[in-house]
Amino acid sequence: MKPRTILVVDDETQIRVLLRATLVRAGYGVVEAATARAALASLDIDKPEAVLLDLGLPDRDGLELLPLIRAKTQAPVLVISARGETEQKVAALDLGANDYVTKPFDTEELLARVRSALRQGEAREGIALPIVAGDVSIDLHAREIRRGGAEVHLTPREYGVVAELAKHPGRIVTHAALLTNVWGPGYRDNIEYLRVVMRNLRLKLEADASRPVLLVNELGVGYRLRVPEMASR
Amino acid sequence: MIADRPAPEAFLAAARAEGRGQLKVFLGAAPGVGKTYEMLEDGAARLKAGEDVVIGVVETHGRAETEALVRPFEIVPRAEVAYQGRTLTEMDLDAVLARAPSLVLVDELAHSNAPGSRHPKRYQDVEELIAAGIDVFSTINIQHIESLNDVVASFTHVRVRETVPDSVLETAEIEVVDLPPDELIERLKAGKVYVPDEASRALGHFFSKSNLQALRELALRRAAHVVDAQMLDHVRAHALAGNFAAGERILVAVSEAPGAAELVRAGKRLADALHGTWTALHIETPRSRALGEAERQRLSETLALAAQLGGVTASIPAANVVDGLVAYATEARITQLVVAKSTRSRWFKLRHGSVVDRLVRETPGMAVHVLPDAGGAATPGASAPMPGPPPLAYAKALGLVAATVLLSALLVPLIGLGAIDLIFLLPVMAAATLYGLRPGLAAGVAASLAFNFFFLPPLYTFTVSDPSNLLTAVVLLGVAVAASQLAGRVRAQADLAASSARQNAALAGFSRALTGGTDLAELAQAIAAEMARLFDAKVTLWTGEGGLTLIAANPPEDRLGAVERAAAQWVLDRGLPAGRGSATLPAADWLFHPLKTSSGVVAVLGLARDDGRDPVRADQLPLLLGLLDQSALAVERLRLTDEMAEVSRLKDRDRLRAALLSSVSHDLRTPLTAVIAATAELRRQLAGQADTTAIDTLDTETQRLARFVANLLDMARVEAGALRLSVEPVDLTDAVAGAVHDLRRSLEGHAIDLDVPPDLPLVRVDPQLFHHILINLLDNAGKYSDPGATIAIRGRRTPDALTLEIIDAGPGLPPGREAQVFETFTRLEGSDRSAGGTGLGLAIVKGFAEAMGIAVGAANRGEPRGAVFSLRFPAALLMRATEEGA
Repeated sequence: MKPRTILVVDDETQIRVLLRATLVRAGYGVVEAATARAALASLDIDKPEAVLLDLGLPDRDGLELLPLIRAKTQAPVLVISARGETEQKVAALDLGANDYVTKPFDTEELLARVRSALRQGEAREGIALPIVAGDVSIDLHAREIRRGGAEVHLTPREYGVVAELAKHPGRIVTHAALLTNVWGPGYRDNIEYLRVVMRNLRLKLEADASRPVLLVNELGVGYRLRVPEMASR
Repeated sequence: MIADRPAPEAFLAAARAEGRGQLKVFLGAAPGVGKTYEMLEDGAARLKAGEDVVIGVVETHGRAETEALVRPFEIVPRAEVAYQGRTLTEMDLDAVLARAPSLVLVDELAHSNAPGSRHPKRYQDVEELIAAGIDVFSTINIQHIESLNDVVASFTHVRVRETVPDSVLETAEIEVVDLPPDELIERLKAGKVYVPDEASRALGHFFSKSNLQALRELALRRAAHVVDAQMLDHVRAHALAGNFAAGERILVAVSEAPGAAELVRAGKRLADALHGTWTALHIETPRSRALGEAERQRLSETLALAAQLGGVTASIPAANVVDGLVAYATEARITQLVVAKSTRSRWFKLRHGSVVDRLVRETPGMAVHVLPDAGGAATPGASAPMPGPPPLAYAKALGLVAATVLLSALLVPLIGLGAIDLIFLLPVMAAATLYGLRPGLAAGVAASLAFNFFFLPPLYTFTVSDPSNLLTAVVLLGVAVAASQLAGRVRAQADLAASSARQNAALAGFSRALTGGTDLAELAQAIAAEMARLFDAKVTLWTGEGGLTLIAANPPEDRLGAVERAAAQWVLDRGLPAGRGSATLPAADWLFHPLKTSSGVVAVLGLARDDGRDPVRADQLPLLLGLLDQSALAVERLRLTDEMAEVSRLKDRDRLRAALLSSVSHDLRTPLTAVIAATAELRRQLAGQADTTAIDTLDTETQRLARFVANLLDMARVEAGALRLSVEPVDLTDAVAGAVHDLRRSLEGHAIDLDVPPDLPLVRVDPQLFHHILINLLDNAGKYSDPGATIAIRGRRTPDALTLEIIDAGPGLPPGREAQVFETFTRLEGSDRSAGGTGLGLAIVKGFAEAMGIAVGAANRGEPRGAVFSLRFPAALLMRATEEGA
């Protein structure tokens, strides 16, 4: 089978070399681009299945590049950003990025994110599965959440939040997206409502609500439904 | 200059009304109609509606029915003012302001406060209350309204001294408390009307039925007028209709004469009746510059009265009153002119023509109202006589004539008698031109007599037989009059030109003097010196930065009384003049004026005179205001220059810092990322081989380097004050779990005891910064805990705060030096050196925490040993966990 091609966009040679080594070892094909112009050209020529994008490029801001990438392909985009740039991360996600990793990153974590992102691409193509994470299963078709086989009763808001996360398993959903889709457009800044619902959800779904493994908080950005089975395929 | 009342003013009035309190005045025709009663009832209704209503001052005069009405209200205790051995009580303005009710009842709007109070008049207290956003109910009788004072006095023959300017009532809601005269007289007879003893004598006449009817009619008309004016304002603000450009413009010519105040009131009434704007104008003539101190004072009082009644005041120089009036009236397109009938003698009129005649002649299309000068005749000698020429001038004039006689005696043998009479014109013209009319006339008489005596045959006798002799005398006198008139006019114009040149020179010199200053102290000193020179007074200059502070004084002066300081502070706060000669704190020795710019009061100028006179004469006021404007602009300019310099300095520094931070963070992070990733790869390739010590060391040390770099950058941001907070509600469970997850490598081998109850309130913090706080605290706890010891994280709600504690089990902190642990680069002795680190981590904890309003603490625990680091979130950071439809 032909290896799946991943486009690495970064102006730092060392990082590109490193990412190439890591990704090739994991069985992917890698194409590189050092500039935004080269990246856009590569999208047309190499038709990569995923993009790793550093936001700091010499010829164009990564945030500017994102919509241009989205105009060409639906391939998942992972943003590589420096720590502490929360607004940039949120902006990138809003502009269509699927996920982000923070420098300095752990290569294993990066690979897990890449796998997850590729899986999302498949899911979008219509392969919707019931999601299983530990002893919790989420079936969006049946609107049914089970834990240890027994159905868990959720309030409409709680179900709304879980469903919204489960539509993109493993992927970050921003606070704004959750609040807008579950509560309504007028609530996009009421993070406190989301926090409270998340607390209740954890009490109902997590083994230890103070050490969540399923419903994971992403600092200042949003939440992620972590699906172990996917991450460790 | 004086335009029609522009619509923007109506907008301004409406804008001012927002955020201000509303005044409601209960207007009565006479004492005893029940104003106070009505006010209390209305106030009680507001009280019942749940409003915060207090009594500032209400006189019950011991009437039981009134006292019963007072009972439900909270009464703000009155202030006691000691005056001439007596203790007077007044409304405690500051107490009411501090109490800040929504409505305060203040009886007797026209009341005069005891000397030593902040304002001389109660209506000024009320204005301050309204400005503070407090609604006020008050009461007033019709005869206390300034512009009606004369009218009421004219038929009641009782003049009250306590008056309230019409402008106070113009924005007020007016309720007329009406009682038919018969009932009022009944009440009076029944002793139900309180009458002050000193006034009772006059009141027998006052309370006659015809008077009461007239007063009642006046009150009703007045109320109707105010409503009318308010509606007009409304019409203007909403542009509902109207060609207001065709409005009437009234000009009142005022002089220093005692009757001028009544002229001003008449002008105000005329303006009200015609719905026009009005101006009180004083013409500065050469004569008016020779006024005495008392007359100047009266003139400035008259102009102040006009301003108080809502008129525009102006003062312009002119050679004579008529010229000035005509010029001004024409330029300002005046439609109605109000003047007082001249009290000058018939002879004067014959000579000069009546002022009124000339006005009527020279102002076609303008109605001229002539009022009798009521005060003028009553106070003879009050107006200054034209300054007489000094006696020396007569002597000189006669000397000139004598010289001419001698000269003529020498010339007669040469030229005969024919042209001698022409020579006698010379001394007359010279005397009239040089010394004025009267010495000129004296010279004319002397010359004609001398000519007759010495040169007309028969010599050495006075003869009048020849008509030509008489003609010579008449011509000489006529020349004297004409020459003195011409010369007088030229001299007057020259004087005026010189005076305005002086004023212009003063202004120009002033602005030159101010441009030199490069810092505030220097500029302030220049202002003080120039002002002191121009007004021949003591000058102080104050700013409000860091409390009222003196920045310049000329002559050097460092002592001011409490009253003066209060006045200066008041000026600083309100932006209005106060102190001697003004409406506020007039008892002060100093007069204070604000230096105002668009950004507010930038400084306060104080003026005083050692001889105790008013520091600024009325005619100097325009000059003072001009100078104040220039000074304010100079101060503002200096401040803006400073600010610009500071801003650009800050900008440069910020740019540099941002560039440095981002370049360091990028340049360090990129290689670190590569090293960390490469190490992970290496580890994978070496997997299964026996000795991984080297790779383990590489791994942990790189991780530490990465954390260290992150800390350095964080610390740079804290110290530079460049922290940008992005606060959101954070669940402590999330925050703690995230930090524990990220540090799982460093904390390996320690049990983590998580005790953060899920029902704690959310905290409003920056999630990134808070994460770093927790990372550093946990890292620290890991470093200083005994191997295998448990690290506890405990969240607790206290009544006024929430506390999160990180508790380790290790050597703990040196006793007595717990707090030092947060200082940059402090690593306390006794702590385990091998644990490494720079002590930067805890400094970052403190910096970040304080930036978010979290208090940090460090202490030792008892048994087992160890340190407790605590984060205390005050109530302001806590957020009740609300479940919107969850």
